[in-house]
Amino acid sequence: MLRAESVSFGYDEGFTLNDVSVTIPAGSLTGLLGPNGSGKTTLLKLLSGVLRPRTGRVMLGDRALTSMTRRELARYIASVPQETHPAFDYSVMEMVLMGRHPHLSAFQLEGPADFGIARDALDATGTRYLADRKYMTLSGGEKQRVVIASALAQSTEVLLLDEPTASLDLRYQLDVASLLARLNRERKVTMVLATHDLNLAASLCERLIVMRGGRILTAGPTREVLTGDTVRQLYDVEADVQFHEAAGHVTVIPVRRMP
Amino acid sequence: MVRARLASILIGYGALALGACLLAPLAGSTHISLARALDRSIPFPDNVDAQIFFVARMPRVLTAAIVGSTLAAAGVVMQALLGNPLATPFTLGVSTGAALGAVLAITFGSRLPIGALASVPLASLAGAVVASAIVYVLATRPGRPISTMVLLLAGVTLNAFFSALILFVQYAADFTQAYRTIRWLMGDLDVGSFAPIVAALPLVLVALGIFACLPRSLNLLSVGADSAATRGVDVGLTQRLAFFSASLATAAAVSLAGPIGFVGIVVPHLIRLMVGVDHRIVLPASALFGAAFLIGCDLIARTALAPVEVPVGVVTAMLGGPFFLWLLVRRS
Repeated sequence: MLRAESVSFGYDEGFTLNDVSVTIPAGSLTGLLGPNGSGKTTLLKLLSGVLRPRTGRVMLGDRALTSMTRRELARYIASVPQETHPAFDYSVMEMVLMGRHPHLSAFQLEGPADFGIARDALDATGTRYLADRKYMTLSGGEKQRVVIASALAQSTEVLLLDEPTASLDLRYQLDVASLLARLNRERKVTMVLATHDLNLAASLCERLIVMRGGRILTAGPTREVLTGDTVRQLYDVEADVQFHEAAGHVTVIPVRRMP
Repeated sequence: MVRARLASILIGYGALALGACLLAPLAGSTHISLARALDRSIPFPDNVDAQIFFVARMPRVLTAAIVGSTLAAAGVVMQALLGNPLATPFTLGVSTGAALGAVLAITFGSRLPIGALASVPLASLAGAVVASAIVYVLATRPGRPISTMVLLLAGVTLNAFFSALILFVQYAADFTQAYRTIRWLMGDLDVGSFAPIVAALPLVLVALGIFACLPRSLNLLSVGADSAATRGVDVGLTQRLAFFSASLATAAAVSLAGPIGFVGIVVPHLIRLMVGVDHRIVLPASALFGAAFLIGCDLIARTALAPVEVPVGVVTAMLGGPFFLWLLVRRS
């Protein structure tokens, strides 16, 4: 279980996250919603240990993240950024093998077991056929699946994703969404997914955390949290929120901008 | 898989560097025989070939090997640190700082009571250290990763500022001092003896030792700082080690032979074209190939217009300039 306890954080530029407490149950798939600048990415960075809270603490089970080394932490928590732009033209296999870094000692090279795990991760994300391709030559959807494969190769219990479908077309959005659902179901990976896509969150996530202005607005089961009221509070938009029989989940249709 | 590839590449480029070190002293305006130079039955004072091989040419070839190796490796590290394949060891102002130190020593060394700093190599080393310190202080904040953007901007600004100071000092210099300054700025591998090499070697070895610890972290760092952090890299420590070691290597190389341009960008890119982009292979291969490359450039400098010698910096610039432009066109 991953838990933030009364966490606060501030950037020099002025943005602050104030007294945030969230609990991410083991094996859950939790959505993190909120308008631009609400603190979703900052909260994800705090949950991954990349940022250290100014006050409060983040706990993984019964251990505070600040008591763990970066390498140790990376064996438990992996992250997938919105976009990844390497400075050099690595191959897909090289990108995925980078996920093995926290499991290797300082001068150790990847062995057969590491290659096996990397191939498994490529299989799980349907990207095995891209293994020898250069990462920079891939489409947006392929790149995102490769980055998820690299995170899977880290063999962690927790996966934090920051708007993983933001730059993808509808087909790739659905590909990535079904991939995440399958990984959560089959591998029991605990996931936190920050997204602006309310329908994606509704289709994937059993729980939602809703943020605004650096604070938690509300949190709970998706059916209870994702309502017209919530959408109005978050975005000043009137929306039609209904259960869609064919899709099997709540859908959100924006109707108009509130005056 | 990686191990076998690394071993074969290291053996190949190692043999190239070693071959260059052994064969280059044989070439020059006076023909000598390797067998005669190594013939121990002839007393050294009577063995002209051995004297030319070991005294006249070997220090120069070893200087080329050390400078080529450190500049090429420093280029690889700097490019990964800044996440910019077009960065060079001179991007952050280290070489211009060294140049300012050298120019000050050449112009005012005999007139001011500055002790050991009157020596051009020591003054250039001091200049490099001052430049690195300024850039580092500007780009770092306690407990935060280095801002590579500030690092880059501070380096570029410092380069321009120090260049202006160099011009001003040159304006105040007499004809002889100005000529010595220009020759130093062109780069010169003819160090005259083994003593300057021995003096620079500790700095080079410390830098190379740190380089050896960095490659896998540099792979991750070049994908992005946050991404590296979530894969288990201590980003702040890696950035500081990379900055410190690349600056130290550059400072040592420049204080030994002046600012020889383009080695730090041409060699890493040539190596990437040949062996891929994995820093575990690129870094050692660049260090070895950099040695052979600068020995080769110096050979051209010594022999192309013999008996006149072309400054080696001119040769590296004439090879490196068009290559650099080709890279820019290729990237765009």
